[in-house]
Amino acid sequence: MATVISNERLANGVYHLRVEGDYGGTMGQFYMLRAWGAYPLLSRPLSIHQVNDDGVEFLYHVVGEGTEIFAELTPGDPVQLEGPFGNGFPEVEGRIALIGGGIGIAPLYYCARQLPGSDVYLGFSREAFRTEAFRPLAAELTVDVGGLILDSVDFNRYDHIFVCGPQPMLQAAQMKGAAAGVDGRRPNVYLSLENRMACGIGACLVCSVSCVDGQRKACSDGPVFLAEEVVFHA
Amino acid sequence: MLNTLVNTTATIAGVHFKNPVVMASGTFGFGKEYGKLYDVSMLGGISGKGLTLQAKAGNPGIRVYETPSGLLNSVGLENPGVEAFLDKELPYWETLDTARIVNLGGNTLPDYVLGAELIQRDADQRAQAGRQAVDMIELNISCPNVKEGGIAFGVKTPAAREVVRAVRAATRLPLAVKLSPNAEDIAEMAEMCEAEGADAVSLINTISGMKIDVRRRRSVFNNLYAGLSGPAIKPVALRMVHQVAHRVSIPVIGMGGITSATDIIEFIMAGATVVQVGTYNFMNMRAGSTLVEELHQFMLEENISSLDEIRGIV
Repeated sequence: MATVISNERLANGVYHLRVEGDYGGTMGQFYMLRAWGAYPLLSRPLSIHQVNDDGVEFLYHVVGEGTEIFAELTPGDPVQLEGPFGNGFPEVEGRIALIGGGIGIAPLYYCARQLPGSDVYLGFSREAFRTEAFRPLAAELTVDVGGLILDSVDFNRYDHIFVCGPQPMLQAAQMKGAAAGVDGRRPNVYLSLENRMACGIGACLVCSVSCVDGQRKACSDGPVFLAEEVVFHA
Repeated sequence: MLNTLVNTTATIAGVHFKNPVVMASGTFGFGKEYGKLYDVSMLGGISGKGLTLQAKAGNPGIRVYETPSGLLNSVGLENPGVEAFLDKELPYWETLDTARIVNLGGNTLPDYVLGAELIQRDADQRAQAGRQAVDMIELNISCPNVKEGGIAFGVKTPAAREVVRAVRAATRLPLAVKLSPNAEDIAEMAEMCEAEGADAVSLINTISGMKIDVRRRRSVFNNLYAGLSGPAIKPVALRMVHQVAHRVSIPVIGMGGITSATDIIEFIMAGATVVQVGTYNFMNMRAGSTLVEELHQFMLEENISSLDEIRGIV
């Protein structure tokens, strides 16, 4: 059982949770969290926002019963964590863009810390949050509120592009990645997918993702996939 | 270290269960993932992910939805197919010291038969080499989430009889038949299984249910209905296990909403020989080891030296 250090409200329905303890994890991995007994039945997958000496941090958006309970947590409250799980973003070198949409910025902060000097693009539909934390880490920081953040990104400028956000944004990033390329060089576009999960470790097949080579699991084969591997359904 | 003063063992058709805690099909993969979290050989058994002859992609759209104390699922039997299972999963199963149960589904009667034949042939080949990786087949005629096969065979006794008879003829492995709570008469269904030579019946599979998204004015599931599991269904499951256990003389494998040692004891008292644990794996990743330890503790506290003392006592 872990202990909450802080649970700060950043914007409407968006919270920054810090949990005490010795935690590991790489960019794009996630933990399964629960702060309740039997109900809701399922734990909630939250991507790692940051790991440091104090513990592990998460950003989450209140969307249902589980995250509503998270929002009530106060310092000292117990919370259960299992993880880290999943295959995250790869360690890469070169010109890197990190593109986050809404709560999708959560895993990109850890990426920005691990890959200093990356260009960071953060898009929000109504209200920006946590953007200033990225500023000292980014070579260039672009923030957009109300528009389409992908419109600000020239995919041809990068060797590697990490994207996390709502599905329409991921689909658009996949298309931009496929259309990009100069002199036969195309950026590697990696998408972090969000999906409903039950077990979180690859046993239940609830979070299956259609890929060009068949069904894969968001939890254990992902959540990060190469954009060209994923087959999006309408 | 588990206390050896209490006897938790059971036997079904010659298959030894060191304790009654068996992980239910569809919730435990083939054990490997949970094997990274705890020693799955401490379990009584594992029922693997439901298999069909050919690989199956499962259902599109939302696959789980939480309800009060329950879980609706519409995974739709996504699985790698029988042959891929035999090739890729059995090497791991050979390393396990627990009862290994293959859950077999099908779209058509020939699918069920061919699947059972493949499993039998593989078991024969392994036996010749002095190896064994499958201890029992659990015949799934009760999946509510597939359009063909599955529940279509599991509701009416005459249709179910055809499948059970054909699969019984296709394999010499111990055979359990997994029954649906949606069956017209589950006790009659169990009697049929016994008459057709099944070695056990397991019950219950999920209960057909539904969830409507009122804003979108449609079911949240592409398939309209989904299978309800978890604590919400335990009273129904317990009643059905009790009912069936009093009607057949073959062992009953009981399941439905088990999340504690006392839940296990209830099923045993209702007449179950062993139990299966499903949804609880999603509530507690170490459900298996938690339950095995809790069960020993409970038996010590209640002065139950063997589960045989209380089996079917109610």
